[in-house]
Amino acid sequence: MSHHKVRITVNGTAGEDEVEARQLLVHYLRETRALTGTHVGCDTSNCGACTVLLDGRTVKSCTVLTVAADGGDVLTIEGLDEQGEMSPVQQGFQACHGLQCGYCTPGMVLSATGLLLEQPDPDDDAIRTGIEGNLCRCTGYDMIVDSVRWAAAHGGAGTAATAHAAHAEGKH
Amino acid sequence: MGSMVGASVVRKEDPALLTGRGTFVDDIRLPGTVHMVFVRSYLAHARILSVDTDAAQRLPGVLGVWTHADLDGLPATRSVPGMERPCLAKDKVHFVGEPVAVVVATDRYLAADAAEAVVVEYEELPVMASVAAATAEGATPIIDGLPSNVVLEQQLSATDAEAELAAAPHRLAIALVNQRCAAVPMEPTVCLADWQSSGLTIWATSQTPHHMRNEIAQMFGLSQQEVRFVAPDVGGGFGAKASFYPEFLLTAELSRRLRRPVKYVETRSENMTSMVHGRAQQHDVEVGFDDEGHLLALRVRITQDCGGWPDSTGIGLPTLTSFMSGGCYRIPTIAPSFRSVVTNTTPVGSYRGAGRPEASYMIERVVDRVAAELGIDPLEVRRRNFVQPGEMPYATQFEGIVYDEADFPGALDKLLEHVDYAALRAEQAQRRADPTAPLLGIGFSTFVEMGGFGPTPLFEQFGYVGGWESANVRLNVDGSAVIKVGTSPHGQGHQTAFAQIVADRLSVPFERITLVHGDTATVQEGIGTMGSRGVPVGGSAVFKAATKVRDKAIRIAAHMLEADESDIELADGRFSVRGAPDQGVDMAEVAVRAFKPHLLPDGFDLGLDETAHHEPSNLSYPSGAHCCVVEIDRDTGKVLIRRYVAVDDCGVVINPLMAKGQIHGGVAQGIAQALIEEVTFAENGQPGTGTLVDYTLPSAKDLPRYETDHLVTPTSFNPLGAKGLGESGATAAPQAVVNAVVDAMAHLGVRSIDMPCTPQKVWRVLQAATRNGS
Repeated sequence: MSHHKVRITVNGTAGEDEVEARQLLVHYLRETRALTGTHVGCDTSNCGACTVLLDGRTVKSCTVLTVAADGGDVLTIEGLDEQGEMSPVQQGFQACHGLQCGYCTPGMVLSATGLLLEQPDPDDDAIRTGIEGNLCRCTGYDMIVDSVRWAAAHGGAGTAATAHAAHAEGKH
Repeated sequence: MGSMVGASVVRKEDPALLTGRGTFVDDIRLPGTVHMVFVRSYLAHARILSVDTDAAQRLPGVLGVWTHADLDGLPATRSVPGMERPCLAKDKVHFVGEPVAVVVATDRYLAADAAEAVVVEYEELPVMASVAAATAEGATPIIDGLPSNVVLEQQLSATDAEAELAAAPHRLAIALVNQRCAAVPMEPTVCLADWQSSGLTIWATSQTPHHMRNEIAQMFGLSQQEVRFVAPDVGGGFGAKASFYPEFLLTAELSRRLRRPVKYVETRSENMTSMVHGRAQQHDVEVGFDDEGHLLALRVRITQDCGGWPDSTGIGLPTLTSFMSGGCYRIPTIAPSFRSVVTNTTPVGSYRGAGRPEASYMIERVVDRVAAELGIDPLEVRRRNFVQPGEMPYATQFEGIVYDEADFPGALDKLLEHVDYAALRAEQAQRRADPTAPLLGIGFSTFVEMGGFGPTPLFEQFGYVGGWESANVRLNVDGSAVIKVGTSPHGQGHQTAFAQIVADRLSVPFERITLVHGDTATVQEGIGTMGSRGVPVGGSAVFKAATKVRDKAIRIAAHMLEADESDIELADGRFSVRGAPDQGVDMAEVAVRAFKPHLLPDGFDLGLDETAHHEPSNLSYPSGAHCCVVEIDRDTGKVLIRRYVAVDDCGVVINPLMAKGQIHGGVAQGIAQALIEEVTFAENGQPGTGTLVDYTLPSAKDLPRYETDHLVTPTSFNPLGAKGLGESGATAAPQAVVNAVVDAMAHLGVRSIDMPCTPQKVWRVLQAATRNGS
């Protein structure tokens, strides 16, 4: 199995690592970078628990090879809060009880964040479409929809995500 | 300070989970950890002729490969005596996905490579992947040493109700299927075992850490002290994480042999065939009734598909179905019986509601069928048969099954305050007359289920030490409080709910109360989280422990204030003397004084640290009334849920926000069972739904908004008056949806449809009915 050197910035911190060609980005984040907030829920890219932002776009990090993210800029759940204050999306999930066991939550929050970067004021239908690729087994989704709407009304995607997206825009 | 019980406070557990700082088992990093991967059977029924591990052993990073023969003496998991499942298949495999060998390597990718290199030679045996096949004439017994695949048969009543059925003016036979579903917690099974000279520590995805600790200690011949079982953050369980899995034992044993921590992380594809499935019951029902729709006799013959190995929890579920088969109704004669059948499929265990949703679906479909038969409104049939509020507590014919306080008609009345039934019926008639309009269906479910599990005599049957729950409440010298509980949450919000209970009891600020759970080294004793027992049983133990602390604190305060205990009042964190409000001491001062023996009466037991247990004298019986309104597209058969309204009576509500979340989640799973989900196997036992590509979980686009309301009839069976509600939604929803789907097509003569009501199935029923009707 061939190994490759990759340079990936995660949550603003640059890293240079040698990785196996077949390694998935989610395992790079969890194992190599020790950022365990990104979860693995399936092996078919159906559940969305591994969703992160890569260069401004939401990706399922179990569908991305680490080598394919070389030179990229990743934002994970650990990078969303700013100086200890949760992002509007994170706050919205707490205010509206948008999580129970919390396992799908990081991916769901990142998907919602990505949605709000694209559509700052989505209606319920747009929210449901935006998070359709993320499965939650606990909440029945209603309060997740409320959470995203709450976030839209209280600052949207948040400063960390907006800065991440702006940086990605600059690179494109 | 207002009352915290009943307040919609946001959850304490959320900030960690929302910022990626939760601790799930796979997040735990121990130095030197190695990874275990299973070699699983790709055949459903076969004799193992040989397992060649040589090539795998030689691959890079591999520390070893083990088969059943290499693990001589490793005990089997507990089940019905004679049906214990070995951790690795011994001579035969019983279902696709059954582990045959394990590989341990330094890296999980390398372990997976090595597992691929293990060559197993099988001799195929006849596959019986359904109850019909497993009970056919001449079927081979799947479990060696047993005479047939029917492993348990029981009649739970003195009569088979034949005389009563024969005497009834009307008699109707109905066949119902409660299809096999998968729990699919978003976090699959994970465990990490570290066997050291001082003993074994195991972190695992479990709802019942103390029970698992006890099992593992017994299996390895260790003292309970030598086994520490930790369930940290757990990503959903839904009953399926209450079962004991072979990987718990295997990682422990291999850690002992390798002297390194061993981790196992199940993939989703493995999870779909390895974690216990739920439901999987067929019901052959006969009901006798009179012209007015009064139910006179009910015979229910339950057939449970228990999969390739009877699960120790799963095997008990038809009993619960039998006990609840009368639903909310006064039925003079109920005759349930069941048989459990082993098949070449994944084992069946508990799944949200565990045995009660099956009963509730059965009786609520029966009521609708009786209504249709007589041309009476289904609500009217329900009203005529309800057990009345004045008859509570209501002793069913089953010993120990006594419904607590409830108001079944009241719940239905409250539901109808939200639903303009007459308007819906009028709209339905209009839609039927207009062939271009989607059909409209209105379905009801008035249900009662079991919550607050215990008591001990019932729980012993599932292999637990007891049905009680334990709690310890400690007041620190700074006036903050720590709660330790034996329940082990996986999304239910115990940190928040229990802090609310203690905040009220001790007048300590909610923010200054923390919860410790899920670790047998730090929590005295416990049973676990299942059967909606968190608040009714765990919360009651917390309430009792807090009350003991409160009583002791009052004694200290009385001593400090030189007043009589009966004159001490506690409010806003301050003890004062009745009638002299300026005389007082605050909680922290009392807590400090609790550690000053020279300033307390002689012999006073120091500290404010109390443990209590709550043994429920009875189960609690959450109930309610749900309504589902569906639209059916005539061209595609797709069912759209237009409204879902739930009125629940879970007794006292501790946190309305969290209660709403529990209802939503349960209803979502119930709707999904009604419309989408079904685990399937081909005739050769190959899973048809082995990944999330094939087993469709509902997404946000598939589920509706929910409308919820509560009727509060406190139970007298615990000090909180709470009945629990974690399983109510999943118990109530399937029949509300299916009744609505059938109702939408009733004018065409449709009387039944099996779950899941997929577009294709509904379309076919609709086509057939339209053809017959025209």
